[in-house]
Amino acid sequence: MIHTESLTKRFKETLAVDGLSLDIHEGEVFGFLGPNGAGKTTTVRMLTSLVGPTSGSANVAGFTLGQRDTDIRRTVGVLTETPGMYDNLSAEYNLQIFANLYEVKNGPEQVEKYLKMLDLYDRRFDAAGTFSKGMKQKLAIARALLHEPKVIFLDEPTAGLDPEAAHLIRDFIAELKKEGRTIFLCTHNLDEADRLCDRIGVFKTRMLVVDTPANLRTSVFGRKVVFHLRTVDEKLVGAVRAMPFVREVKAVDNKLLITLEDPESHNPEIVRVLVGAGADVQFVGELRHSLEDVYLQLVKAA
Amino acid sequence: MKKINTILRKEWAEVFKNRMVIFVVAFLPILMTAIPLGILFSTRDTTSASSASMSGINSETTQGMCPEGLSGSDCFQVFMISEFMMMFMIIPVAIPVTIAAYSIVGEKSTRSLEPLLATPITTAELLVGKCLAAVIPGVLATYGAFGIFAFGSWILVANKMLLTALLDARWLIAIFIVGPLLAVMAVVFSLMVSSRVNDPRVAEQVSMVIILPVLVGFFGQIAGLFVLNKVVISWVALVMLLLDAVLVFLATKVFQREQILTRWK
Ligand SMILES: Nc1ncnc2c1ncn2[C@@H]1O[C@H](COP(=O)(O)OP(=O)(O)O)[C@@H](O)[C@H]1O
Ligand SMILES: [Mg+2]
Repeated sequence: MIHTESLTKRFKETLAVDGLSLDIHEGEVFGFLGPNGAGKTTTVRMLTSLVGPTSGSANVAGFTLGQRDTDIRRTVGVLTETPGMYDNLSAEYNLQIFANLYEVKNGPEQVEKYLKMLDLYDRRFDAAGTFSKGMKQKLAIARALLHEPKVIFLDEPTAGLDPEAAHLIRDFIAELKKEGRTIFLCTHNLDEADRLCDRIGVFKTRMLVVDTPANLRTSVFGRKVVFHLRTVDEKLVGAVRAMPFVREVKAVDNKLLITLEDPESHNPEIVRVLVGAGADVQFVGELRHSLEDVYLQLVKAA
Repeated sequence: MKKINTILRKEWAEVFKNRMVIFVVAFLPILMTAIPLGILFSTRDTTSASSASMSGINSETTQGMCPEGLSGSDCFQVFMISEFMMMFMIIPVAIPVTIAAYSIVGEKSTRSLEPLLATPITTAELLVGKCLAAVIPGVLATYGAFGIFAFGSWILVANKMLLTALLDARWLIAIFIVGPLLAVMAVVFSLMVSSRVNDPRVAEQVSMVIILPVLVGFFGQIAGLFVLNKVVISWVALVMLLLDAVLVFLATKVFQREQILTRWK
């Protein structure tokens, strides 16, 4: 659905996006993670043919960037980073304008559908300027969906919203995912990315890593298993360390933190060895790294 | 065409909610009609000699432009009123400039430009829509004001000969051809200024310099530097047409999507 090759954008002195190569499949929710100034918005603008790349190429929804730009704009929906409304005009009229510009055949029905879906129908005659931040964001999302785009770009959709509004929008994105749309989600909310995205790309001017959230955790930190014992001593640590599949062992209080490739097949063996060495095993559990740890580790290193 | 129409309606819906815009659009034509009609009314009995000497105007200047068969006082009226033709030309400049300034700067301050540019609209459609939204009210107000002026003078003047002198080809070319051309020029100019400025009032004031040539024409004629006859006006119209064509061409070159998005800040 989205394919890019060495996509690069330079603004005078700043290199905003450096050689981005990417493949996003139909129906996938792709999380585009990166700190402020990483080049996320610039990437979205390139892929929605709002700014031209300095070099490299891309294909969005089957159309080549730079050749079929109008078709790209017709086919994709975008929630821009700062989605302004015509504040003096009603919510309904705001949407009607965009239904017309997107050449939506059944404009009024689509406007009604999305006003209802996003719970704005009762306020449809009110000026958009009177809306709360959360309502404006919902209206902006509605505006981006009127033409039923196959590919949707969302640039930090929950940034600056209160937790309740953010939650509502996340649920709505999950709905869009169920409908099988391809979603390109820029965010620096890691929890959001973890819950919604099939794959995540961590990006800072260049792509640092792309993988599923689960794989990202293990590839960066390995998988860790924690064994709670009644007491821990050097002999037990040594016994575990001697096993060939154990990458690392750390003793913290009465716990052993063991890094493994494949806990499912190796845990029983470790338990046997520990019991054989005289330990009392109280609990065994997996230590999950938050995506935040992964992200911070990657971005710091870059 | 449908998209231009959408932009046009949207612009009007937004911009006519602004008090400053309503004020300029309504007040200016009223003022510009009331002044010449007032003059016509107050000078209807005066004699040529006394008024002319009062205003310090050389009667030779006035003589040249009067058709045969008009008395001295009628001729003076014709002269005074034709001076104000230039004032009429302020309408098709000031109204489009004001509307364009508020529309562009408004679009920038609400940050609604990027979603707009993300739609399949072409930049030409967007610019034409925005320009027409400013030009049309300016031109209509000019025509309207001229209509009222023509009707008012028809009621006020006793000698209907005077009317044919007032509403001659110079007026008609000025109102119906130079007016719209001025409006287009003003709007493209305002577009360029507004894209660089963040306060609509500043944009409006800076863009108003485009009125200067009009005022030069006005005061130049009053001072007797030149006479704006039919030929001169036609030349002015022709030059303006060329200027407009160049300006519009430049605008479509300068205002590419990326430029609008990244430079209009
Ligand atoms: N129009 C522009 N002109 C110059 N520099 C820009 C422009 N847009 C973005 N940049 C720069 O490009 C970099 C990436 O910005 P951006 O894409 O907005 O990052 P993000 O969305 O990840 O926060 C930043 O250093 C920013 O200053
Ligand atoms: Mg951004």
